[in-house]
Amino acid sequence: MTVECPTPRHEDEVVMLGHGAGGRLTSELLGEIVLPSLGDAPGPLEDAALLPGHRELVISTDSFVVSPLFFPGGDIGSLAVHGTVNDLAMRGAWPIALSVSLIIEEGLPLAELRSVMDSLGKAAQEAGVPVVTGDTKVVGRGAADRLFVNTTGVGQRHGALHPSAALARPGDAILLSGPIGLHGTTVLSTREGLGFEGDIASDSRPLHRLVRTLVPLGAAVHVLRDPTRGGLAAALNEIARDSSVAVEIEESAVPVPGPVAAACDLLGLDPLVVANEGCLVAFVDAGAAGDALAALRSLPEGAGAVRIGDVLPEGPSGRVTLRTLVGARRIVDMPLGEQLPRIC
Amino acid sequence: MRYLDEYRDPVLARRLLEELRETATRPWRIMEVCGGQTHTLVRQGIDELLPAGMRMIHGPGCPVCVTPLETLDRAMAVAARPGVIFTSFGDMLRVPGTETDLLSLRARGADVRVVYAPMDAVRLAAGHPDREVVFLAVGFETTAPANAMAVLHAARLGLTNFSMLVSHVLVPPAMTALLDDPDCEVQAFLAAGHVCAVMGWREYEPIADRYRVPVVVTGFEPLDLLEGILMAVRQLEAGRHEVENQYVRAVRRSGNTAAQDAVREVFRVTDRSWRGIGALPASGLELTDTYARFDAAGRFDVGGLSPVEDAECIAGTILTGARLPTDCSAYGTRCTPRHPLGAPMVSSEGTCAAFFAAGRTRSAP
Repeated sequence: MTVECPTPRHEDEVVMLGHGAGGRLTSELLGEIVLPSLGDAPGPLEDAALLPGHRELVISTDSFVVSPLFFPGGDIGSLAVHGTVNDLAMRGAWPIALSVSLIIEEGLPLAELRSVMDSLGKAAQEAGVPVVTGDTKVVGRGAADRLFVNTTGVGQRHGALHPSAALARPGDAILLSGPIGLHGTTVLSTREGLGFEGDIASDSRPLHRLVRTLVPLGAAVHVLRDPTRGGLAAALNEIARDSSVAVEIEESAVPVPGPVAAACDLLGLDPLVVANEGCLVAFVDAGAAGDALAALRSLPEGAGAVRIGDVLPEGPSGRVTLRTLVGARRIVDMPLGEQLPRIC
Repeated sequence: MRYLDEYRDPVLARRLLEELRETATRPWRIMEVCGGQTHTLVRQGIDELLPAGMRMIHGPGCPVCVTPLETLDRAMAVAARPGVIFTSFGDMLRVPGTETDLLSLRARGADVRVVYAPMDAVRLAAGHPDREVVFLAVGFETTAPANAMAVLHAARLGLTNFSMLVSHVLVPPAMTALLDDPDCEVQAFLAAGHVCAVMGWREYEPIADRYRVPVVVTGFEPLDLLEGILMAVRQLEAGRHEVENQYVRAVRRSGNTAAQDAVREVFRVTDRSWRGIGALPASGLELTDTYARFDAAGRFDVGGLSPVEDAECIAGTILTGARLPTDCSAYGTRCTPRHPLGAPMVSSEGTCAAFFAAGRTRSAP
């Protein structure tokens, strides 16, 4: 008996995993399907939105579907708090309250749920933000991957700190608060048992206190963004696009921890596109760069802050370039979708 | 992980570039055989810093790129069958077959899984005795030993639900095929360090001798490549044609004999068709009769396949170094990593994908 190949002809008709990876495919999904049905979106897509009618309040929502639930440096519970706190912080806001919604797959051991919730509660307490409402749903085995967590946060903006992805200006200094690639490589290594777990831990942590140190700089802080899915490459591309500027970073200035570099080398991944959960990118007025770096370095979560590049005085708008180690220049493109480990 | 920094030192890189400029008196053309080397060259922009007129020719050493379309179509057909767990290295998932790719099949319900080693597929088979687990075994001499070990392990476990779709290729026949082409412009080779870590470099000595072409076994870091290029240029300038080893920290002349033994036990040399290049005699590996029961092509009759290459794609001429990705009329427009027409735009090691990721654009006509 022979079997005809039942392969489809129109592979774009279904959602693929890559549509959720924070790169070009995610952009397409939002631009073509999600946003048109919601009416015209005012301005660029930001980490958190201004609450209509309350311009000092911001709101952000995020769903956490990480697998495995526990990994070195964190778990889905603490990640759900940090992720939403950070999204609020990237609009210059201090978190006021969170909601937590759980979707639990039948069969999840209660001990694991308790452990996640303990961690979530502890993270919220440490961040100083109460969980004020929530919801719990249980779905049948196979209808979810163990546990999904959605958190929504409301925050209040600090005084004159009004960062936006659209406010980068020619001449701005680009600062990075810490090393990149730790979260993505940790989760991948833990999930797949690649053996890097002993050397590496997620950088998951709240960044709102770090942002608060920038408050005295006020309007000199133009953009704040935590480079999560899609990594630094996606964050810089979004900022360059939304601000219509050309961005250039120096490869030798971007801090990539040794174990991250080794894991990325082995897997054929680019540290620039690997997810982070505990660092931020700041575009600040060049004259304020020194003060901003000093402020960031005043807290442990910003101790490794460095200047990684500049917004070019002129250049094609939306373009991100990298000065390589050997002195050549190359474009850093928006990642496409899923990062796929290479063959050899 | 200090070794990474040591082989990426900007000061040493600039020094090697200066030495290269002082040494090269002619516009030499050197081929880096391996896609991993292409990737480093383009990502670091090394090829753009070379002395005026000197050119790197990007070779056929991307395993994803040279896997024949028929093998891919067969893979899709097997993966789409109920009861099959189809396993592959990640970058094979996006390679277009005639009608679809493995990522799209997975989105539609096929059980396609990324593995990091062929042994992972064997473990899957042992854990799912009611399912057929198939591994797509492609690649050069680099991946063959691990695949051979997986077959040996499956045999030891007595697994009857594990098989491989084998499409291994070998580097030396590709090099000689390129050199036999009267239009070949390659004057020296950077041989792939990983391949030589397994096979050593003895088999390159007759090639260097017969074709009077320098061969430098070279690693994958920026400084490896700069030093490998410099070593090749020194030979060219001196009129020498030897096999030299830049990658001394990983490669011996005889290679890894235990790995070679495993490969010889499980595989035998066969003729193989290369995507974009065509049939090359004695250029591939297939399972020996002893292990033929692990051959997925024999186990799954998928019917007549009718692979059709995209007419616009010039992958063949890119894989042989005759053309650059930016020479292609579809490059960056109709052919992108999002919608690749051919394999070199798919894998991160593919020449077209490396060019695209680095933002290389077509020169104005």
